[in-house]
Amino acid sequence: MSATDLSPAIKPKTAAPESRDKGGPAQPLVIVRDLQKHFPVRGGILGRTQAMVQAVDGVSFEVKKGETLGIVGESGCGKSTTARLLIGLIEKDKGEIIFDGQGLGERLSLKDLRKDVQMVFQDSYASLNPRLTIEDSVAFGAKVQGLDDPNGRARSLMARVGLDPDRFAHRYPHELSGGQRQRVNIARALAMSPRLVVLDEAVSALDKSVEAQVLNLLSDLRKEFGLTYIFISHDLNVVRYISDRILVMYLGEVVEVAPVDSIWREQAHPYTRSLFSAMPSMDPDNRTQEPPLAGDPPNPIDPPKGCRFHTRCRFASEVCKTKVPKLMGLSGNADHLAACHLHDATSGHPKAGQGVPQ
Amino acid sequence: MTKLLDIQNLTLRFKGKRTVHAINDVSLSMEQGETLALLGESGSGKSVTLKALLGLLPPKRTEIEGKIEVNGTDVLSLSGKKLQKFRGGEVSMVFQEPALALDPVYTVGHQIAESVMRHKGVSKADAMSTALDMLDRVRIPSANRRLHNYPHELSGGMRQRVMIALALACRPRLLLADEPTTALDATVQIQILLLLRELQKEFGMGVIFVTHDIGVAVEISERVAVMYAGQIVEEGTTSEIIKSAQHPYTQGLLAANLHDVERGARLNAIPGAPPSLETKPDSCSFAPRCPHVTAECRAALPPVFSPAPRRRVACVKAAPAVAAE
Ligand SMILES: Nc1ncnc2c1ncn2[C@@H]1O[C@H](COP(=O)(O)OP(=O)(O)OP(=O)(O)O)[C@@H](O)[C@H]1O
Ligand SMILES: Nc1ncnc2c1ncn2[C@@H]1O[C@H](COP(=O)(O)OP(=O)(O)OP(=O)(O)O)[C@@H](O)[C@H]1O
Ligand code: SF4
Ligand code: SF4
Ligand SMILES: [Mg+2]
Ligand SMILES: [Mg+2]
Repeated sequence: MSATDLSPAIKPKTAAPESRDKGGPAQPLVIVRDLQKHFPVRGGILGRTQAMVQAVDGVSFEVKKGETLGIVGESGCGKSTTARLLIGLIEKDKGEIIFDGQGLGERLSLKDLRKDVQMVFQDSYASLNPRLTIEDSVAFGAKVQGLDDPNGRARSLMARVGLDPDRFAHRYPHELSGGQRQRVNIARALAMSPRLVVLDEAVSALDKSVEAQVLNLLSDLRKEFGLTYIFISHDLNVVRYISDRILVMYLGEVVEVAPVDSIWREQAHPYTRSLFSAMPSMDPDNRTQEPPLAGDPPNPIDPPKGCRFHTRCRFASEVCKTKVPKLMGLSGNADHLAACHLHDATSGHPKAGQGVPQ
Repeated sequence: MTKLLDIQNLTLRFKGKRTVHAINDVSLSMEQGETLALLGESGSGKSVTLKALLGLLPPKRTEIEGKIEVNGTDVLSLSGKKLQKFRGGEVSMVFQEPALALDPVYTVGHQIAESVMRHKGVSKADAMSTALDMLDRVRIPSANRRLHNYPHELSGGMRQRVMIALALACRPRLLLADEPTTALDATVQIQILLLLRELQKEFGMGVIFVTHDIGVAVEISERVAVMYAGQIVEEGTTSEIIKSAQHPYTQGLLAANLHDVERGARLNAIPGAPPSLETKPDSCSFAPRCPHVTAECRAALPPVFSPAPRRRVACVKAAPAVAAE
């Protein structure tokens, strides 16, 4: 099936997508500045707030129009929280979210943001209404937004994600397999003709062949409608394939951002390096024996001072325990940013300015 | 020694507005302490097979034929108290959907302790300390505090680890793990896989591990079974499957892998869609998508060839004469 079959289904009702573009092509679609979210942790017999989990702490990044930004990082480092802040599902404590030049809560209302941004959630079961049939679930958002022919849209998108509408339209979520449910979520997000789609582990429940089909679909739609994606996944191979740039988080902070080829060549942050070398072996005679990153992830309630990775970093020195490394461009490769004293000649790290040792 | 698992001619249908023939004549056996990876198309019956093993499917809407024995226990004949004891004791499961396994109204510590008390009959305090120990072993940071968290206060990956802790707390003989590491980053994933390998040796526990990631299958399992349309189409050691897959579906699945794919290149998806399963398959279910299909494939169910002990392929192309060409 070619991508054009979908055109009537995903086109917005009124205007062409270009006219929704407010800031022009050079304006990044998303700018996030110093985003912060701390969750209260209750405890004790009275259930009083005893501490704060620093889920997202000073995160900044940009996503250009038509770009795909991949986000990776340790489980619990704040990827989903960042995504939920971005779509206005939870309220930020601090920071700015600027969508196509308009600040959220300033010129842009939450309601308007939600017309343009859709998210596919990590937990496919929890995010579907158990009392709605699949077709109604997919059509629901489109209906609410007053788009033309919501059920036609729903059926055509179901077909595009590999779910034959004749077979699946009338089923309920519990009558589907995990991968089938996840595709329903993807179809539902696309049916609302968003400009930005945030995909949180959206393909990880799919087998490799269906995954390939969905990834092909996502690239078609991106080309066709200039969609922008933020793609959160633990599968580095998938992130590499789909993303233009990759952002790496550790314990609520951004530790590295780089174009995909550049980070594949050189992981500038020691955490990124451990992450990449933890990819499973493909050779049954040569299985992994030692985890490349030892030690426990630190407590997000009371994160380590200085560089948050210093408790597990092979290259940590005294300065790492006290001084917070800044996210900055590598020398000679300014698009590749990393937050590590090894790359800052003036940081006071004894090996500073020589890159990451082998 | 009694086999850990012996499934014979398992057939399972869901009744409703439309019938779904979810499992069609599946036979599978495992020795004590073995690890098996179950690969296969989305919707091919992997989760349903595991649920059948635990007697977890709605009896009114499900028709089951065949035999399932775990450690000599006839699972399909269990009900009431006996079934309860079997579940989470002898066999336990890590579910694909955390939402299905974790109760939102209790803290995670409470849920693990509850299960340990029920199956092992120990005191609340002992059960809590087992819970704490298990959370530590699955690498939950500051486990002490997390014990008192509700599921929604944890990240996706942490919930997944809590489920693994819950499943392992009663030291089952057989662990059913339904994509337990898909929500985990590579560094934690490899730690969990190594942990499962270690516990599996230590307790002599058998594991069935459903995964879509071939790399994960390689890391965890000695053996692999591949499912398509409710049938097992190929089985063998992990090496045999990775190095010399013979069924065209398995070959397609391995080719769809993303390792070292050129960015922006079109991915190799297997064309077409799996069959509807509204009728019981009476010919090769993969025929509509198979690059090697012949008239023979559409005429009858393909024969099952066994080129080596415990190795099988359900495809006409795998016939010895063809294999020798
Ligand atoms: N309760 C049910 N009623 C009707 N059909 C069902 C029910 N549960 C599962 N099915 C169907 O049975 C088939 C097998 O489902 P199963 O969940 O075992 O797939 P799976 O192999 O685990 O797939 P995935 O990799 O996507 O999780 C699917 O086609 C599914 O739609
Ligand atoms: N509603 C909440 N209340 C309290 N803490 C929360 C809440 N939601 C998330 N957290 C905490 O915030 C941190 C970040 O969680 P988040 O879900 O963003 O992680 P993640 O990077 O998406 O992880 P994963 O890869 O495991 O999904 C975790 O420590 C988590 O326990
Ligand atoms: S700043 Fe220091 S501790 Fe942090 S990653 Fe760099 S070398 Fe390691
Ligand atoms: S039996 Fe025929 S159609 Fe089926 S997998 Fe083998 S060659 Fe292909
Ligand atoms: Mg998450
Ligand atoms: Mg499943």
